[in-house]
Amino acid sequence: MTTKKVTGSQAVILSLLEEGVDTIFGYPGGAIMPVYDALYDFDKNVKHILTRHEQGAVHAAEGYARVTGKAGVCFATSGPGATNLITGIADAMIDSTPLVCITGQVASPLLGTDAFQESDVVGISMPVTKWNYQITTPEEIPEAIAQAFYIAQTGRPGPVLIDITKDAQFGELEFEYKQCTKIRSYVPEMPVDPFKVKEAAEIIDQAKKPLILFGQGVIIGNAEDELKAFIEKTGIPAAWTLLGLSAIPTDHPLNVGMLGMHGNYGPNLLTNEADVIIAVGMRFDDRVTGKVSGYAPNAKIIHLEIDPAEIDKIVKATVAVLGNSKKSLKMLTDNVKENSHDEWIERFRKCDMIENEKIIHKDLYPEKPGLTMGEVIRIAADKTNHEAILVTDVGQHQMIASRYFKFRNSKSNVTSGGLGTMGFGLPASMGAQLGKPERTVIAVIGDGGFQMTIQELGTIAQNKLPVKIIVLNNNFLGMVRQWQQLFFEKRYSFTELQNPDFITIAKGFGIDGHKVEKRDNLDGGIQKMLDHNGPYLLEVVIEKEDNVFPMVPTGASVSEVILEP
Amino acid sequence: MRQEFIITVYSENHIGLLTRITIVFTRRKVNIESLTVSESAIPGVFKFTIVIKATKEQTIKIVSQIEKQIDVLKAFYHTNEEMIYQEIALYKVATESLYENDTIEKIVRNGGARILEITREYTVIEKTGHKEETQALFNELNKFKVMQFIRSGRIAITRDPIERLSEFLKERDAFLNSLD
Repeated sequence: MTTKKVTGSQAVILSLLEEGVDTIFGYPGGAIMPVYDALYDFDKNVKHILTRHEQGAVHAAEGYARVTGKAGVCFATSGPGATNLITGIADAMIDSTPLVCITGQVASPLLGTDAFQESDVVGISMPVTKWNYQITTPEEIPEAIAQAFYIAQTGRPGPVLIDITKDAQFGELEFEYKQCTKIRSYVPEMPVDPFKVKEAAEIIDQAKKPLILFGQGVIIGNAEDELKAFIEKTGIPAAWTLLGLSAIPTDHPLNVGMLGMHGNYGPNLLTNEADVIIAVGMRFDDRVTGKVSGYAPNAKIIHLEIDPAEIDKIVKATVAVLGNSKKSLKMLTDNVKENSHDEWIERFRKCDMIENEKIIHKDLYPEKPGLTMGEVIRIAADKTNHEAILVTDVGQHQMIASRYFKFRNSKSNVTSGGLGTMGFGLPASMGAQLGKPERTVIAVIGDGGFQMTIQELGTIAQNKLPVKIIVLNNNFLGMVRQWQQLFFEKRYSFTELQNPDFITIAKGFGIDGHKVEKRDNLDGGIQKMLDHNGPYLLEVVIEKEDNVFPMVPTGASVSEVILEP
Repeated sequence: MRQEFIITVYSENHIGLLTRITIVFTRRKVNIESLTVSESAIPGVFKFTIVIKATKEQTIKIVSQIEKQIDVLKAFYHTNEEMIYQEIALYKVATESLYENDTIEKIVRNGGARILEITREYTVIEKTGHKEETQALFNELNKFKVMQFIRSGRIAITRDPIERLSEFLKERDAFLNSLD
């Protein structure tokens, strides 16, 4: 391999190109200016998206990563630039999203001197990164970036931060790039143990009321086909976590719906009747389990998981099958008998009927004058033939959209799950659109979260990203208000918002849009949004005090799921 | 039931890893009773010996979270009974009190301690043992007023006949090579 003499900052860009990076999200500033200067010469090789805030850059990188499966890349300067990334990095950490964040740092002789825009970003980001590293000499750059991509994208993915001092960016090195393929202290995934698979298969074959719970591990592992094959051979009903959503089509006959706090009635209620639970690529988050001591008391637990630290963390596994879900599901399918569980599935159908009558029908086809979030989602999903990418923010609209959007394709649902980051939706939708330019991206956002990162409308306009933004406006921080109503005696403490005219704001940014206040205009309004060439903001004024049900109240067991207040 | 556990961590020698490891404890509000870090018998591999009071379940989870850190090679946990361990303590007393009577000398002899340095002003005594033992000597010496006292973190070695780390590294290398 021939080497060539380049500057550290050129080495950063060349290394990214070696990793196949086509899009970078970022914001320049003093300590990262040499890298931006090097980037100037490569504008034909890589697209840089200048966001309006570093938080926008990191959420956009997350959106990109979630729809492509590749690491999202972002740049920020030292000090405030770097600290503004932290929320997004924490979000990516808890949702296993691969990111490579590159931050500038003050020159190495100034480290620890409280220099201008110096912050200890390596220290600050340590609890929320899978790995981080500070580069102080130019020679370290190629190897550190190669390791960053390897660590971010393998095993259970996660965010990595590389902090580069300004003198390392200015210095020179002989550039030679080698992709990282192993690290002695890091085993991304364990080989699947065939004995554990056999043990699991025997339990599954004996089960009378088995239930599959699938999470994002299926999507990250590209194991959608393997999951489908496993479900179809065993005839076992399967329910999804918020991040497992879209892994298998919503209308698959064995897909019985969403788990957890605002999940479907059947999968919550019947979890506690199941005799075997097969958890695939999920981590028994408290929003899924409710009260752990009252969770699945009758079930043997089979846990298919890539991260050994997740085994027995919350729920003790009867059999743990470590490794990549694509491999373990395939082996498990080969080992189980063909089966069907018609009576058991009938129970889920009955629950569906109850939920449909009490909740779903009223949400989707309301008769009251006020518009519901559910009907907006239903129409938007139907009109895009359930093939759009859905990006949501956090709150009531997120739960409603997840419950009702219905998917045909995997990697089509982008949301902030574990961290519940308001302000995630709008920037994440930019990343999703850049990752999948050929697909329709619909961002559904509440009026609260929208105002947390609203300035990214500028980025959307500047880059002509044709994102379709639906703001569901109830002039409330809706989910907090719902809790205040149910658990705090309707004491609506600081949840009512006086909102600006969102359409005027969008137009100020050069984005077209309009506001819908009546049901008669809803269908046409959504159609107009979808037909529009380019980004569009549709504001829908919805019923002020609607609630999301079913609900597993905090501290209750999943079988105590309630259908109405 | 909470009890003492000794956690042993083998890692690469990377700046910042100590923080990454201590964060695992801090986040779960588990106090570190003692912590010792030094290079192991294998060059480049560092060894952490961490003593905590926790339940077994808590300890198992902490160990798996430590092992999850990229630069950590392997982490183990043991009860005190499973390991041979020592701490070292240094005591500074006024040399005057040594001359005044022979009690201190007896204490030093009987306590298996030794004298490291004597000056006109002070004498430094060293004792190695378990915490209760070094503490007992402190209590004895303190009758003559201990001017300064310091106790190290714990170091510990397993009762296993084999050096588990070298075995582990051999296995790890073979495993990584098998992936090629």
